[in-house]
Amino acid sequence: MAIPNYWRSIPQRYRYEAAKCTGCGKIFFPPRIVCDECASRSFETINLSRYGKIVTFTVIRIAPSQFVDQAPYPIGIVELNDGIKICTQIADCNPDDLKIGMPVRLEFRKISQDGTPGIIQYGYKAVPVK
Amino acid sequence: MAGIVGYGAYIPRNRIRVADIAKTWGADAPSYERGLLLKEKSVPSPDQDTITMSVEALRNALQRAKIDAQKIGALYIGSESHPYAVKPSGTVVAEAINAIPDCHCADYEFACKAGSESMFVALSLVEAGQVEYAVGIGADTSQGAPGDALEYSAAAGAAAFIMGKTNVLAEAVVTYSYMSDTPDFWRREHEFYPRHAGRFTGEPAYFSHTIGATKGILEKAGMKVSDFKHVVFHQPNGKFPLRVGKMLGFTPEQLEVGLLTPTLGNTYSAASPLGLTAVLDIAEPGDQILMVSYGSGAGSDAFIWKVTDKITAVQNAAVKTRTLLDENKVYIDYGTYAKYRGKIRMNDNN
Repeated sequence: MAIPNYWRSIPQRYRYEAAKCTGCGKIFFPPRIVCDECASRSFETINLSRYGKIVTFTVIRIAPSQFVDQAPYPIGIVELNDGIKICTQIADCNPDDLKIGMPVRLEFRKISQDGTPGIIQYGYKAVPVK
Repeated sequence: MAGIVGYGAYIPRNRIRVADIAKTWGADAPSYERGLLLKEKSVPSPDQDTITMSVEALRNALQRAKIDAQKIGALYIGSESHPYAVKPSGTVVAEAINAIPDCHCADYEFACKAGSESMFVALSLVEAGQVEYAVGIGADTSQGAPGDALEYSAAAGAAAFIMGKTNVLAEAVVTYSYMSDTPDFWRREHEFYPRHAGRFTGEPAYFSHTIGATKGILEKAGMKVSDFKHVVFHQPNGKFPLRVGKMLGFTPEQLEVGLLTPTLGNTYSAASPLGLTAVLDIAEPGDQILMVSYGSGAGSDAFIWKVTDKITAVQNAAVKTRTLLDENKVYIDYGTYAKYRGKIRMNDNN
């Protein structure tokens, strides 16, 4: 990912900042300029919950070159307690132990790096809550 | 009086047993386990580093402090494993907790003393009235060369402390630092693994500075060893802190709670700070705690903390250090450990 693109998304990647429509209350993650529910352009910034549950997942066994040291690893859709669904890697788990509905928590992790000389990109991954 | 208003720990889930490292190198596992008083150590996953662990430890500290992160005026991270040679770790951590942009930030390095350095400076800024709150973090994903004695102990973890003057959990009674130019352990620029001077790391280095700092702070405070409920020394292995404690007249009971190394390993900059978090997790109002770090090169920072009656309300507000250490562990073999720690030579396109 290009550095400016990554930099622009830091509030979402690091702090889970979302936009809540002040007109109808709908939450957008990532934020939008216009609410697709009520056409309002007025939003307040909120931080999404770090807790949620697994809606569905799949296991990546043949990984892209950047992720071979982590294979096999699950990627899933997680529904946060705010009702927002996000796509994220699920870390710190044995893929065979994962179950739909399992409670998870978002942790701050390295997502990728631009080779050994490039920047390290950070963000969130879901981790099962015991 | 200024002191700790929030504290938090983070320890990765992976563990490798000393016996599995010894088996790989044809070494005698029981002699290493006895010699180092070490059974296993923590290992970071490939997606964890000093920055990610610092963020998680600080989030736990914020859960206890219950303060607005925007009021944090300074944030320091001490580590010998900052992910970048040039680019601060602290800016990432400050962004993650939303302490930007009104925040002073720096990364510290002083071998295993870098964490207590960050605590010292954060505390000093608060005491001076320069900032309302300041953060000091010790974090490391330390490396030992394959087969070297350090490989048996080099571990990963982070501890974060928020310093302030209101709702203080542990008051900083007095601080003292002791240092000299003693080249017992180092890593030159562009070198991957650190080097050490073998047994020279003991008497003239760890023991001399730890004893010097302890005697210095006791004299400065007008206190004696029996005044403390708990004492936390730097813990490069399980043996050194017990021996230095005995030399200074402390009892094993005073060291017990803060001694994590036997099942954690040496978390370098996070070692004595993590020990302090374990003590604060069970401390009672009025307890006096002595903490003495040690960093090769060499020096020790000493702190005397007095626990207040605010502590009991926050101990369960975030995960406890012993829970992170003792529960939900995953044991990995040496091959997985070597892969996770980047010890396997790969093709360039990987």
